[in-house]
Amino acid sequence: MEIIVFLIPLALILGAFFVGCFIWMTKKGQYDDLETPGHRMLLDEHNKVINNNTHKGEL
Amino acid sequence: MNAHASTRTGKLEYFSYDDQIVRLFVIATVIWGAVALLLGVTIAFQLADWHVNLGLQWTTFGRLRPLHTNAAIFAFCGNAIFAGIYYSHQRLLKARLFNDTLSKIHFWGWQLIIVSAALTLPFGITTGKEYAELEWPIDIAITVIWVVFAVNFFGTIIRRRERHIYVAIWFYIATIITVAVLHIINSLEIPVSIGKSYSLYAGVQDALVQWWYGHNAVAFFLTTPFLGLMYYFVPKAANRPVYSYRLSIIHFWSLVFIYIWAGPHHLLYTTLPEWAQTLGMVFSVALWAPSWGGMINGLLTLRGVWDKVRTDPVLKFMALALTFYGMSTFEGPLLSIKSVNSIAHFTDWIPGHVHAGTIGWNYLLTAGVLYFLVPRLWNTQIYSKALATVQFWTATIGIILYIVSMWIAGISQSLMWRAIDASGKLVYPNFIESVVKIVPMYWVRAIGGTFVLVSFIIMIYNLYKTAKSGNVGKEEVYEAYALDESSIEHGAQPHRKLEGWPMIFAVLSLIAILVGTAIEIVPAVMSKQYITKMDVVKPYTPLEILGRDIYIREGCYLCHSQTVRPMTHEVLRYGKASEAAEFVYDHPFQWGSKRTGPDLARVGGKYPHMWHYRHMWDPREVTPGSIMPRYTWLFTQKIDYGSLPKKMQVMQTLGVPYSKEDIDSSVANAQAQAEEIRTNLVEAGVPQEVINKEIVPLIAYLQRIGVDYGKSEVTP
Repeated sequence: MEIIVFLIPLALILGAFFVGCFIWMTKKGQYDDLETPGHRMLLDEHNKVINNNTHKGEL
Repeated sequence: MNAHASTRTGKLEYFSYDDQIVRLFVIATVIWGAVALLLGVTIAFQLADWHVNLGLQWTTFGRLRPLHTNAAIFAFCGNAIFAGIYYSHQRLLKARLFNDTLSKIHFWGWQLIIVSAALTLPFGITTGKEYAELEWPIDIAITVIWVVFAVNFFGTIIRRRERHIYVAIWFYIATIITVAVLHIINSLEIPVSIGKSYSLYAGVQDALVQWWYGHNAVAFFLTTPFLGLMYYFVPKAANRPVYSYRLSIIHFWSLVFIYIWAGPHHLLYTTLPEWAQTLGMVFSVALWAPSWGGMINGLLTLRGVWDKVRTDPVLKFMALALTFYGMSTFEGPLLSIKSVNSIAHFTDWIPGHVHAGTIGWNYLLTAGVLYFLVPRLWNTQIYSKALATVQFWTATIGIILYIVSMWIAGISQSLMWRAIDASGKLVYPNFIESVVKIVPMYWVRAIGGTFVLVSFIIMIYNLYKTAKSGNVGKEEVYEAYALDESSIEHGAQPHRKLEGWPMIFAVLSLIAILVGTAIEIVPAVMSKQYITKMDVVKPYTPLEILGRDIYIREGCYLCHSQTVRPMTHEVLRYGKASEAAEFVYDHPFQWGSKRTGPDLARVGGKYPHMWHYRHMWDPREVTPGSIMPRYTWLFTQKIDYGSLPKKMQVMQTLGVPYSKEDIDSSVANAQAQAEEIRTNLVEAGVPQEVINKEIVPLIAYLQRIGVDYGKSEVTP
């Protein structure tokens, strides 16, 4: 049972880790915009280069 | 027009995606998926009719079940996750995977791990801990390959050309970090030989660590990565943004935070302290909210495109997968409530619940992802939508047959076990009555499983024909602006790398820290015994250790529990309720999680040696109607006395109080005890040669289980 002495802090560390990530991500601006990210991921084919020779074919 | 890009400054970069690695993982997914399901169907039929065990030790239920679970979780789901992650990760970040060689090492390393599982588990090489059965050399290999995956994954993040990290990737990150922690902590063990080790923990502690791991394997191997895939592939397939990005944020953070606590709901009414049980129960019930948040977010993404769900196989499978996810994450919290758990635990309701998740959620979502990926990776169209529809309905019928039959079986068993008549006696005192009753349900389940297997084979055919009709083609070129970190970006390659290292270091050091911490702290913490020791509880004798290892090797714990819950009917049926102090020398614990057969916590001394002898030879000799396989090889294989001193030494290192004389004289002691059992058996008419055979230590162990406290006058 003494393993709980280890597991509870570990669970708290994991929890704290995720809370830390959350704060860090918020500060980094990951959540500033809650609309466009959902749309942007749909557009990942739009930067395909059509003409390989010139590297210029922006869609 | 790329409006976003046109407003950007900085360096325009050209790149391509590594889709070859995705193709490899896709192929591995379908191959291992078929293997996992074939094994599942096989063991399902074994429970319906024991003859299907084929009389061979390598094909007996106790050895094939771990192979089935490991194949389904780590081989099928594992490869599916890697395929989906590697495809979406590159596109979401507009960057090629960090390193092509690492990708290849990841792929082949993982396949090698799977093959080594297939080459060890049927031979009885197992740690005896559910879903973590693989022995220590394979555990180390898993850790190495997982680190390779992590470096490749985070390296890609560092090289990204898209500042924002989409929700799918958060789920991938949580998966990678948490699985590493779980795997390392639960796999701490001391090797005896290349194919044998003993868990660092014993009894209640081992149970707690095991189910902390077991539950979170479900959470972070079968849930979070698949939710990540859901957040990428459902919007892509529907061509609509996710219903609520805000909800996805709440969903993610609450899910990862709450899940990690829920493990103890696997140990309700055991000797785990009450408060730990309550903690597990409360967090499990709380999990309902984030789980349904995810389901709602997925299903509502399909708003306005329900007509597509009718025709598009990708969306069809995903919609059903989300529905099953909602169902099983409703059932899970329900089963975690103590009063419900007292009925459902140890019964077939639990495998029913598990398969609602694994087949309903993991398989169906994977099917959706595969129908999305294969046409794109091979530049073609789905071969036959009609076949996909046939697969869809075959799978659905299969799952329903599975779940419903297991509900009926589970509740029937439970009610029969607990039935007490007016005079206070058990209505069904013979456990076998409850087994015979549900055998028809085992047939229904096996047929349901067969439907699922057939549906999978249809998919393989459909995907094969799809890939065949297309071609791999050349890698497409993409363009995007590099992330501009002002001055650092200007052609300063070393700086760019430097920027990258902290994150890789962070991950590596986290893993390193946890390994170090676990190894250093756990034994120290363990040396203090919090459990009130009982003087009557003594360590196993050398012969009993050998017997216990045979018990673990044959996977007895997969059908027999070893813990009596403090309930009237259990005490009436089995004997005194279990106490924590009884398990202090159990490395690993063998409580089990399922009672296909009766609990064995008080089996010691219950029957004569001869009963066990006949029972292991053919269970039906002593228990008509039994569905247990025969263990005839125990009567021909010789006892491995040679390994004893080393085993005793490891046990001593783990804190079991064996003296030096105990270890030195272990072989002689074991032989003396074997002689006693042999004399007893020979008097009952058994041939003399039996003394050398494995049946003897197994009988010694069975006769010892639960005796010290069970037969004593000591009261708690």
